[in-house]
Amino acid sequence: MNQSDRVLHLDTIVKTFPGVRALDGVSLSVMRGEVHALMGENGAGKSTLMKVLGGIYQPDSGNIYMGDQKVTMSGPLEAKGKGIVFIHQELSLAEELSVAENIYLGELPRKSFGRVDWPRLIDQTNAILKKLNVGFDAKTRVGDLSIANQQMVEIARALTVDAKAVIFDEPTASLTDAEKVVLFDVIADLKADGVGIIYISHRMEEIFKITDRISILRDGQYQGTVITRETNEEAVTQMMIGRELDLTRVAVHHDLGEVALEVRGLSCGKLYQDVSFKVRRGEVVGFYGLIGAGRTEIAETLFGLRDPSAGQILLDGTEVRLRSPADAIARGISLVPEDRKGQGLILGMNCRDNMTLPQVDDLKAGPFVAEGAEIAIFDQYRDRLDIRTPSWKSRVGNLSGGNQQKIVIGKWLSMHPKVLIVDEPTRGIDVGSKAEIHKLLRELAALGYAVMVISSEMPEVLHVSDRIVAMYAGRIMRTFFAEEVTEENLIQAISGITAGEAA
Amino acid sequence: MATLNRQKIASVLAKQGILIAFAVFMIAFTVANPKFLSVDNVFSVVRSSAILGVMALGVSFVVISGNLDLSVGSMMSFSTIVVLDLHDKIGPLLAIPTMFGMTLCLGALIGFLVGYLRLNSLIVTLGMLSAIHGLTLTYSGGQNMDIADKSGTWFSVFGQGTALGIPVPILIFISLAAFLGVLLSKTAFGRKVYAVGGNGTAATFSGIRRARAVFMCYMISAACVATAGLIQASRSLGSQNTVGQGLELEVLAAVILGGASLLGGSGTIFKTVIGVLILGFIQNGLLLMGLQFYVQFVVTWVIIILAVWLDIAAKRGKLWSSMA
Amino acid sequence: MTVQSNRLSKALKNGAIWGFIVLELIFFSVAGEFLSLSNKAFMDYENMLLLLKQSAPIGIIAMGMTLVMVNGNIDLSVGATFAIAAIILLDSMTWPVFAGLGDWVIPVAWALALMVGTVLGALNGLIVWKTGVDAFIVTLGSMLGFRGIVFMFNGENPTSHLNWTLVDFSEAKFLGLATASWFLLAVTLVLWFIMAKTVHGRNAYAIGDNREAAVNAGIRVGPHMMINFAIIGFLAALSAVVFYSESGSVNPNDGQLYELWVITAVVLGGTKITGGAGNVIGTLGGVIAIQLLRKGLGHIGADTSTVNLVIGLILIAVLFLDRQLNVQGKEELKV
Repeated sequence: MNQSDRVLHLDTIVKTFPGVRALDGVSLSVMRGEVHALMGENGAGKSTLMKVLGGIYQPDSGNIYMGDQKVTMSGPLEAKGKGIVFIHQELSLAEELSVAENIYLGELPRKSFGRVDWPRLIDQTNAILKKLNVGFDAKTRVGDLSIANQQMVEIARALTVDAKAVIFDEPTASLTDAEKVVLFDVIADLKADGVGIIYISHRMEEIFKITDRISILRDGQYQGTVITRETNEEAVTQMMIGRELDLTRVAVHHDLGEVALEVRGLSCGKLYQDVSFKVRRGEVVGFYGLIGAGRTEIAETLFGLRDPSAGQILLDGTEVRLRSPADAIARGISLVPEDRKGQGLILGMNCRDNMTLPQVDDLKAGPFVAEGAEIAIFDQYRDRLDIRTPSWKSRVGNLSGGNQQKIVIGKWLSMHPKVLIVDEPTRGIDVGSKAEIHKLLRELAALGYAVMVISSEMPEVLHVSDRIVAMYAGRIMRTFFAEEVTEENLIQAISGITAGEAA
Repeated sequence: MATLNRQKIASVLAKQGILIAFAVFMIAFTVANPKFLSVDNVFSVVRSSAILGVMALGVSFVVISGNLDLSVGSMMSFSTIVVLDLHDKIGPLLAIPTMFGMTLCLGALIGFLVGYLRLNSLIVTLGMLSAIHGLTLTYSGGQNMDIADKSGTWFSVFGQGTALGIPVPILIFISLAAFLGVLLSKTAFGRKVYAVGGNGTAATFSGIRRARAVFMCYMISAACVATAGLIQASRSLGSQNTVGQGLELEVLAAVILGGASLLGGSGTIFKTVIGVLILGFIQNGLLLMGLQFYVQFVVTWVIIILAVWLDIAAKRGKLWSSMA
Repeated sequence: MTVQSNRLSKALKNGAIWGFIVLELIFFSVAGEFLSLSNKAFMDYENMLLLLKQSAPIGIIAMGMTLVMVNGNIDLSVGATFAIAAIILLDSMTWPVFAGLGDWVIPVAWALALMVGTVLGALNGLIVWKTGVDAFIVTLGSMLGFRGIVFMFNGENPTSHLNWTLVDFSEAKFLGLATASWFLLAVTLVLWFIMAKTVHGRNAYAIGDNREAAVNAGIRVGPHMMINFAIIGFLAALSAVVFYSESGSVNPNDGQLYELWVITAVVLGGTKITGGAGNVIGTLGGVIAIQLLRKGLGHIGADTSTVNLVIGLILIAVLFLDRQLNVQGKEELKV
């Protein structure tokens, strides 16, 4: 690998945001025809690095080279013009428009009078779609496609330009196995054409299957680059989390308390079917499965946000009907939702008001909100959860991800729930906060809370749970006790490979 | 460091900009014409702003909860016509509560459509603007409404009376502003209004009944409109069907000028009052300078856009938008 | 299931307004037999032609509003722009500079009025682009500001000037259709062409649908939106030019509430209030439906008050129906 084969080189990039050093001297080189994995935990700086590469952020220092030429990126358009194409995790398509118009968005072929050259557009598009071997045509409205097919449209876009480097950001998150095969073929083709590929994924088996080298980030710092066939999963994981993989299982509790929450044969249309499980006081039950397996939807049903189409929910042995979150809260259920910014917080509000929001009706001094009591609650949970904020008056939107998440957790702990449901508790927060939150969840169980943890991160589920419920395609495949679970049988269960002994 | 300072200045400007602008403006006009800040003049400005102001108080709730209300103008015409008509039919003592009841019914309808059925508030209130206008015309048969005995009714007190030497419309405006200001900033309900406007989904995930909060905001708006209609009717003791026409946008302008975001979740009653006063004093100041009333329109235009622009410029830390 | 209901809703969106128009025609024809004071049938040929002509002022602006709303913006200042253009048209014909032109003053006055409308529209667009302030607020402001400019010409007095050549032109009929109707049809056709066939039009949909995606794809969103505001400004002026060539007198309050009528017509015609979807053919339907309602209610003896009431309620009903058709059933997240 000599210098002239280098497609792209990011040289000691530094990027800081108020209070956070998001990238601390990160370097990355991609060669012609190389698939280069970029790994790191959520919040490690992968997406910031890619935004620097795409010109959405300007680095504080450091340079970007293409070949041997130093370049600056003023924005996505310039990046695209230089042959750097991004395939985003979040789809950026115009649903009302056709597949063809989306693929050539911003560069529709023209005829006289500014007309769109439809025949040419359709021909070009169909040629690309044929390469991708997809089952829809150029004129289909994008809004009518499945998510996976929309992803293929997104990929098709990358093939329209003379790409020198293509960045795939979690491309397989919503793809079926068959669609993945197609995607990997596309990547192989690009690779054969000498394109450099940056492949961002959490999925080890994919990384080891298709990549040539792996670069690892942790907390905004570059941890090094390894050659894929000379390393293994443990080594990479260790570089990512910076310590021995802490897979210590919790000591299984056999002296558990009463059943706090029981769900019998619960179904919600096509989202999930015939789900039954119990959560006892003092127990953490982990829910593990792929995105779309129905875990979040169960949580939302238990929180009164969805009406079940069949089945029962029992709290302390009594059947309840939960029509709204207010109902659920009144019965002692709390939900720390998956989408912190969209569902958990009101970013424009201050920390205190966010934290006391569910109980604002109960904190009364005469006709007014008892602000003193609110501040007392805030102070209590700030100390307990070690929330770092200048004052309760700070806007929540100005805090770091970890502190924001602690505000949400504090908000629900202060309600003293019987059942605490936590959906993706550590998504997008730093390693330190992550460990604290894991410890906290165990402490809560020890205090007698019934805790449900939904997570897509296997180490997390293994680390905090007494029992693990494995879900696949809306069904519970198997329930494990902590001592009987292995990575293999867990992965099999959530892949739908074994129609295991459902609990 | 220099940029930090600039950001700081920008954020102070954004937060207090409207107050600073107001102060500068008042000083300039007072220097130009010492009569400007005389008690008489201030009273006359506030009194003539009272109707717009009372409506703006209610609309503030709606806007902070993340919605719009374009129907307040035609609803105000409705209230005015109804109370004037009923005045002669059932006497003022019954006419006033009846009119309030009818106006609140309209508010409840809008609140139901926007809050519970989750229909787009811009279109719903646009439709209601037209529908209520039709309702008013049907009610009045297209005729102007006049009180028969204009000198012999105590009804004129709301628009023309004074108490403690202060004109009653001003008293109504100030006391309503104080009451609603406390309601919005100090009570659980007010907190919920901010939460629903700031992030409706997160509010629902916190157990707040979003529909109810939105519904109540429209009820408050309707109550304010009814109060404005009462002042209007009492002041003139006779009215056209279109007395409130176009007010919806002036009211909205005052609320936005006060710094409320159309996206919801921000704004205060105090700022809305400032917004109303700015509009009132501009009108008055320009008149005192001998300029025609329509110059005020142009000045308001410039001020609204400058106010909102500086606000978002401070938030993004850049004066110009980065739109390519 | 979802796909099917989507299709149903789409079909309704595309066809519903025309179905509604047919319904109106039948209703007013039948009801007219019993209630009408005149013996003339409602669906009289003359009457329908008149209807098309009367639809023109609102209709021409509504075509531009369709473009602006599909683009994800809104323009509340069209009524005021309309009034300014009208005053420029009538006033400029009396300016001494143009005294020697004879009837050649007409194209000059037209051009001036159209240019002013375009510039005012572009000004709105420029402010939206450069400041990043929401179009609703920008045009709310300019609605007031432009109206202020209207009053600067003649205070509260009307501006009048009748040019008989111009009146003859306006009252002329070609193939049975009045000049104004031809303008409406031509504008509809041009806007249809722009929105359905040109790159600019397709980009307008893309921006309204997903602005971030459009930006990332390198579409220059700011200038694009400015062009659309210029187009609606031009059309507001064109509407005024067509209307006042015939009437010859403009009040400073003319055009007030036009924005509301126009938006009503556009929404009735199926344009999504949040942008990304809609077309001018639907808008034409919306414009005709409203005018038909006005005429029809008049025909059966109801007055303007009922028209306002009915249009308001229909607008809300359409919104409600659209929402009901898109509800995904019990599974939906209740937020």
